[in-house]
Amino acid sequence: MYRSNVLVCGGTGCTSSDSLKIVDKLNEELKAKGLDKEVNVITTGCFGLCALGPIMVVYPEGSFYSMVKVEDIPEIVEEHLLKGRIVTRLLYQETVENDTVKSLNKTAFYAKQKRVALRNCGVVDPEKIDDYIAQDGYAALGKVLTEMTPEDVIQTMLDSGLRGRGGAGFPTGLKWKFAAGNQADQKYVCCNADEGDPGAFMDRSVLEGDPHVLIEAMAIAAYAIGADKGRVYVRAEYPIAVKRLQIAIDQAREYGLLGEDIFGTGFNFDLELRLGAGAFVCGEETALMTSIEGKRGEPRPRPPFPAVKGLYQKPTILNNVETYANIPQIILKGADWFASMGTEKSKGTKVFALGGKIEHTGLVEVPMGTTLREIVEEIGGGIPNGKKFKASIFLSTTITSSKSAQ
Amino acid sequence: MEMLNIKINGKDYSVEKNTTILEACHQFGIKVPTLCYLKDINEIGACRMCLCEVKGARGLVAACVYPIEREGTEIFTNTPQIRKYRKMNLEHLLSNHDKKCLSCPRNDNCELQKLCLEYGVDEEKFQGEETKYKEDKSTLHLVRNNNKCILCRRCVAACKNQYVSVIGANNRGFDTAISCAFDQDLDQVSCVSCGQCTVVCPTGALVERDDTAKVFEAIADPTKHVVVHTAPSIRATLGECFGMPIGSNVTGKMATALHMLGFDKVFDTNFGADLTIMEEGTEFIHRVKEGGTLPMITSCSPGWIKFCEHYYPDLIPHLSTCKSPQQMQGAMIKSYYAEKAGIDPKDIVVVSVMPCVAKKFEIKRDNQGRDGMQDNDISISTRELAKMIKTAGIQFTELEDGEFDPIMAIGSGAGTIFGASGGVMEAALRTVADILTGEDLAEFEYKEVRGMDDVKEATYNVAGIDVNVAVTSGLKNAAKLLDEIRAGKSKYHFIEVMCCPGGCINGGGQPIQPGHVRNFVDLREKRAEALYDDDRHLPFRKSHDNPEIKAIYDEYLGEPGSHKAHELLHTSYVKRKKY
Amino acid sequence: MMGSGGLIVMDETTCMVDIAKFFLEFTVDESCGKCTPCRIGTKRLLEMLDKITKGQGTLEMIDEMEELCYFIKANSLCGLGQTAPNPVLSTLRYFRDEYIAHVVDHKCPAGVCKDLLEFHIDKDKCIGCGMCARKCPVSTIHPSDYIAPGKKKPAYQIDTSKCVKCGACIDNCKFGAVSKG
Repeated sequence: MYRSNVLVCGGTGCTSSDSLKIVDKLNEELKAKGLDKEVNVITTGCFGLCALGPIMVVYPEGSFYSMVKVEDIPEIVEEHLLKGRIVTRLLYQETVENDTVKSLNKTAFYAKQKRVALRNCGVVDPEKIDDYIAQDGYAALGKVLTEMTPEDVIQTMLDSGLRGRGGAGFPTGLKWKFAAGNQADQKYVCCNADEGDPGAFMDRSVLEGDPHVLIEAMAIAAYAIGADKGRVYVRAEYPIAVKRLQIAIDQAREYGLLGEDIFGTGFNFDLELRLGAGAFVCGEETALMTSIEGKRGEPRPRPPFPAVKGLYQKPTILNNVETYANIPQIILKGADWFASMGTEKSKGTKVFALGGKIEHTGLVEVPMGTTLREIVEEIGGGIPNGKKFKASIFLSTTITSSKSAQ
Repeated sequence: MEMLNIKINGKDYSVEKNTTILEACHQFGIKVPTLCYLKDINEIGACRMCLCEVKGARGLVAACVYPIEREGTEIFTNTPQIRKYRKMNLEHLLSNHDKKCLSCPRNDNCELQKLCLEYGVDEEKFQGEETKYKEDKSTLHLVRNNNKCILCRRCVAACKNQYVSVIGANNRGFDTAISCAFDQDLDQVSCVSCGQCTVVCPTGALVERDDTAKVFEAIADPTKHVVVHTAPSIRATLGECFGMPIGSNVTGKMATALHMLGFDKVFDTNFGADLTIMEEGTEFIHRVKEGGTLPMITSCSPGWIKFCEHYYPDLIPHLSTCKSPQQMQGAMIKSYYAEKAGIDPKDIVVVSVMPCVAKKFEIKRDNQGRDGMQDNDISISTRELAKMIKTAGIQFTELEDGEFDPIMAIGSGAGTIFGASGGVMEAALRTVADILTGEDLAEFEYKEVRGMDDVKEATYNVAGIDVNVAVTSGLKNAAKLLDEIRAGKSKYHFIEVMCCPGGCINGGGQPIQPGHVRNFVDLREKRAEALYDDDRHLPFRKSHDNPEIKAIYDEYLGEPGSHKAHELLHTSYVKRKKY
Repeated sequence: MMGSGGLIVMDETTCMVDIAKFFLEFTVDESCGKCTPCRIGTKRLLEMLDKITKGQGTLEMIDEMEELCYFIKANSLCGLGQTAPNPVLSTLRYFRDEYIAHVVDHKCPAGVCKDLLEFHIDKDKCIGCGMCARKCPVSTIHPSDYIAPGKKKPAYQIDTSKCVKCGACIDNCKFGAVSKG
């Protein structure tokens, strides 16, 4: 047991502003002070508030340090971790009120968010399967394999109202149902992690911050449709995601959560990574499968749809990273829980990557139905320099004016 | 067979379930325009010309690949919107096309041009940047001009179907271009020169290298004695270039036209085919009796030979050492005929008319010809001959039938069927069986090896020996048999391989039929039938019965397989690199 | 319409024609080249947008562009082409006036499209400090022969024929004397 846990964001945004050097410095300082047995340093996934990175959170206090510099570390270690005095000056100032520190969940950025897909991002060490398991990880897979039939799983997906988060919004349960209904000697479960729209980094954050959720969800999908092989098509420009996913796959195999006879139920499933070489079109489902097959990544006509003839001409389902990230929670908490969030037609939450002319560039997850104005002006902190909100672009690429954003 | 009631443009029809919209429309007399679609080999829905409306479907659908699956499907192929979009599509293609139609080899036989006419396009509608490519004239057999390419990928599919795949899409978006890996020239890659890409290209982006000027020049040169010979399949296809029905036999008109063009002698390559059978049949018997390398594989098809040299060089010992009929004929013209006519072979120009563009490569191969002379000097394709006839103002369809000239005027029925897949095998069997039995067998039609199946196989008991034969055409199919040989699992003694699917009647130099004909008519069957019909009506039907063949052995070569025959009629092969 | 979740916020300094052009550049670059409408159509659309941002557009071109957008959407093989014209269509829907300003008035209201911009120095506001001239990368700003009332040095002026419209003068003028439009 550790006295304190220090979470440092290891997402791409914070990494590019040297958060990993902060981790090194922390470890060095802690060791020098003899605190390395008392204080645990954890590199996590994205906290969302990328504009203020590198981010570092100290528990149990929950002190949220933002824009941390390597030079600040000795002071934080000396004052906060050794002497127990929070360095208020270096905290995210939104969390400081009349010299007292308030909970992160009360800040404008986090107050209206609801984290489902991102629930483990910034919480677990993505390179440690035990962290994930401690957060009920793989419990959903266990439940599915031991208590549910494939039909039950599909029905749960249908009841939840989950729709694909890749842009087209096709009901996930329906997609699974089609694929389950097609008999074949081989079926595939694929994950589209070829996020390439300019300004989008939702999937990257899940991949980097919570890779095991993907593995668990894909195994659940495989059970539901009767597949035993999976492929994650991830763009090579996401090196951290690729690395952490591979670590996660290796760990899952080691724990028997991938491979043969998972949980002793006779269910087999294994998955492999395939790296995309940087073509945006490979995010299109048929082009993605063509690319996995080793050919030039070009779309092919539909029909036949992937549920009939997908990867290697076999029935295949392809879901997006964020879609998968919702699934274990739906299994554990039930379709009704998920369906209780969002609107009549769109259930659950949605992750947005905020960018452009906005204060809080970063990653947010809000219930479906949250207005654009709430996202931009409240969560996003509005437009910098007193300029006016003119328009926003939802990728893929409908531009909305500020007038229609209500 | 489940039938569905559907509506096309408001009219009721009944169609088999899973028929594509394109096929259904064709059945009911509606032409849906296509550019990229080639039945079975290029079903990619890329050009978007065939888009139609299906009631209830999300967006427009590509008729070429959209299967009709539901009772009551309502299809619209000719709405104002669809016409407008097709026209815009063509206008887009033209906006990045060099549009030098009048000087294009495919002028008047261009699918893009025809559709532009049908849809009344404005070639100036969309203007902007155009991609510019240099022509690839690196090979002997064809010219690639990407400035005329519309990226339908039919050539890529044809090349892939030949198991060669040396061309494909490079770059992307507006810069996409069909070319070889790393934009190498075609002569730097393992192209087999089959020319299948040229027969499927809808525009002038891929055309045979035009050697007609050289022929006209030779004819005009009074110091040259110009001899032409025409391959078996030309008689079954040349008529198409003059609007005659597919499968018309135009032997007589062709002979007349060649004489009118001014050739000094007009010979029939069927003679060379018969000669090939004499040599190849003898070689086969020799290999069987002496324990030579088996299966023996035919060597008439230069595209196939080049394929074997690039991709299966280890199997070269299986190839018959016989030259192809073209080369045998050329060799005999410059030796036997030259001697008899008293002409210095150096003054003879031999022109071959071939169904093939690989023949342009073959005439320049090493280990062919002698004394610094090529066996054939110029090889032109069926299409080039048609062009010469048109240039000369010869009204082909109105011509009286003429004759070939002795001493190579006669070809047997066995020679004529060389033009269709299975023909060489059947011709060889006719002769081999007679030789081995010492009889003039009355049963000599080997129908099991005919037809358009990928691989045809049969076992014939010839004079007490069971001979296992296989016949294939198209290199994709050939590769299956070659892999068997490689694995030591081949049960055959004798294999016929033709490079082009269906054999020479579908060769890379044959008349170009547009996609909307190729997709619905089996050109190969109709053309092959013309040859089998020719065979049935010829006075001699076995190569060894051909009196001119008897004469050449009596007077000149001696025995088949003699030393002299080997010197003139046999060749060797080289290993070539795959990459 | 719900996108995949990237949300880019723009303020009044963003030109909607320019942003449409930016996204078209992306799709033109990323088109795989398989189908005609996406391969050539998006390129032609981008060329039209480019002309508009350079003041070479016409009102007819806006209509043609709209027609072309619908063609590309309806005829493309996959989602890339089918959604490629969306930035143009949605900016045309909500910000048509900006397009019209570009083609009719040859002005970029957001002050982004360089070919439609001219930089001016308000000689009455200019105190003649010369900061703009020192920062100008092409040395196209020089003192004029005018001294504003109450000022000591001659006001500066821009020789627009050589101006590359980089904006360094605006960024460096502390007196708000430089403007663009």
